[in-house]
Amino acid sequence: MVSAEHTTTPAVRGRRRRAGPRTRPRAASLALHGVLLCASGAAVLPVVWIVLTSLKPRGAWQSTRIELFHDPSPANYVQVLGSTSFLTWFANSLVVAGGTTALALLLAATTGYALSRFRFPGMRPLLWTLLVTQMFPVAILIVPLYNVLSGLGLINTHLGLTLTYLTIAVPFSAWMLRGTFDTIPVEIDEAGRVDGLSPLGTFWRLVLPLARPGLAVVAFYAFITAWGEVAYATAFLTTDATATLAVGLGQFVGQQKAEWGMLSAASVLIAAPATVVFLLVQRHLVAGLAAGSGKS
Amino acid sequence: MATTLSPAPGAPPRLRPGRGGGGARAAAGRLRRAASRHFYAWLLVAPVAAVTAVLIGVPFARGLYLSLTDATEATVGRTVGADEIPAAYDVVGAGNYLAILSGEVGEFWPRLAWTVVWTVVCVACHYGLGLGLALLLQRPVRGRAAYRVAMVLPWAVPPFVTAFTWRFLFNQDYGVFNAALGAVGLPAVPWLNDPFTAKVAVIVVNVWMGVPFMMLALLGGLQSIPREHYEAARVDGASAWQRFVHITLPGLRPVSAPVVLLGTIWTFNQFPVIYLVTGGGPGDSTELLVTYAYRMAFSGIRDYGGSAAYGMLILVLLAAMALVYQRAFRRGGGAW
Repeated sequence: MVSAEHTTTPAVRGRRRRAGPRTRPRAASLALHGVLLCASGAAVLPVVWIVLTSLKPRGAWQSTRIELFHDPSPANYVQVLGSTSFLTWFANSLVVAGGTTALALLLAATTGYALSRFRFPGMRPLLWTLLVTQMFPVAILIVPLYNVLSGLGLINTHLGLTLTYLTIAVPFSAWMLRGTFDTIPVEIDEAGRVDGLSPLGTFWRLVLPLARPGLAVVAFYAFITAWGEVAYATAFLTTDATATLAVGLGQFVGQQKAEWGMLSAASVLIAAPATVVFLLVQRHLVAGLAAGSGKS
Repeated sequence: MATTLSPAPGAPPRLRPGRGGGGARAAAGRLRRAASRHFYAWLLVAPVAAVTAVLIGVPFARGLYLSLTDATEATVGRTVGADEIPAAYDVVGAGNYLAILSGEVGEFWPRLAWTVVWTVVCVACHYGLGLGLALLLQRPVRGRAAYRVAMVLPWAVPPFVTAFTWRFLFNQDYGVFNAALGAVGLPAVPWLNDPFTAKVAVIVVNVWMGVPFMMLALLGGLQSIPREHYEAARVDGASAWQRFVHITLPGLRPVSAPVVLLGTIWTFNQFPVIYLVTGGGPGDSTELLVTYAYRMAFSGIRDYGGSAAYGMLILVLLAAMALVYQRAFRRGGGAW
């Protein structure tokens, strides 16, 4: 946290202040608020605009004038929920992203612990592998994975897509969890050992419960990553019944004419819950990310 | 911190009585001791090692192999109904790579040039704006929490929703930008239908998406710089600019170094923004290396071999970049 007023960091070149007093010049204060307001506006306006568009009657987006309100109505929402596969896509996304998150955490938790606590032969190569796979462009694995999955008959299945997402989520979760476990004092483990717990017992009974906030952060990241993935989903899911949101929504944006009314309503329905959760946990997200990436 | 909790030698983990056979013969004994000493660590990492090997290692090896062949959708082996169609592609060695690097297929060099421009501009804007806003938000200012939440908002919106949203905003006929231009009597701009403005548009979208992450990370970094450094500098009569250059920037280094590298990799490999906002168009003017490789594999003749080679080249570029980057920072004395 920032402590006292007089330790303010200079932000802009040339904005120099005489040291000491608790108030800043009126002009500087105005400038500061002005810049912050502009930045906030730029961040918020696109979102606000989509929300407003979603509340306009169907077809009202085809207006060449800027109108904030225009007979607000839930018509777009009714249309999206009632006569498209939106709910199916939503459920599909939940299944795939949820499955990916659960599997990734289950697999990665012990690895993160081992990487944090033990020194063992093979540790460096493993760490490097986890890091390097994060820079894999989607283009590297997508063709071979497609071929492998189609060989196994898993193209256009949620299991296939979940397995695919594990290639992203597992290295990433293991890497981040290592950072989480690093923040838990080793004395806890030692105490467990003294009390006669096995290393696995120590991990399960003492360390894991303490790591719960970190686990939640990693789970959230993994979920969001899978939830928003586009490339694999587009390539591997071929029917409307299996599509996830990222794929399904594309249907509203046809080549010729996009259904922006429905699209905006769908966007709000997707983004609203995620946004609420996100804003609640953002502080922890950054801490978790710093813990995960700042090491090694 | 190097937390070494490997079981102390001579204190083998419990739960394994009776194994080890007394540890008499030296060489075998040492091997066995190593195994027993690291047994738990290996057991704990086994799931991830297995998953990585099977889900990433195997496809990667196969991708490497495919990149050396002329496999396409038509020649790759597959099963149609009960019939097994054997693979009919040949190994062509470095053929794909040569064809790509010589510019024969895939327009590699112009693509690379645009991808580099895209990455540099985006990351520079992410970092510059992120740092500027973090510095402003770090000051004691009324409503700071509200400003912060507002500015983090873009990060909370799923990328594909962001892409669709901006595509609407940039719409030539009904988009808000052209409506605003029209309101002040200016002609509409064909944002996504002109190669240059389309490039500007996708960069704007990506910058909008990426600034919040940088801002929050740098805000965390700023708060970890000891206040006393600023006090001391002030006593020594350092100007605001001097304090920024000599205290703030070096103090941010442990945070800056990894987030800039991460941001560069993410931006270089950015898929949804390009794919969903412009679809690579108009023409293929906004297509990045990654989206181009994707299109090679999943549209037209589905050139699997060429696409795999393209992907490998991207990985080589990124790995080289990361290596150089890390070296540079090591030499600079950074902790990272």
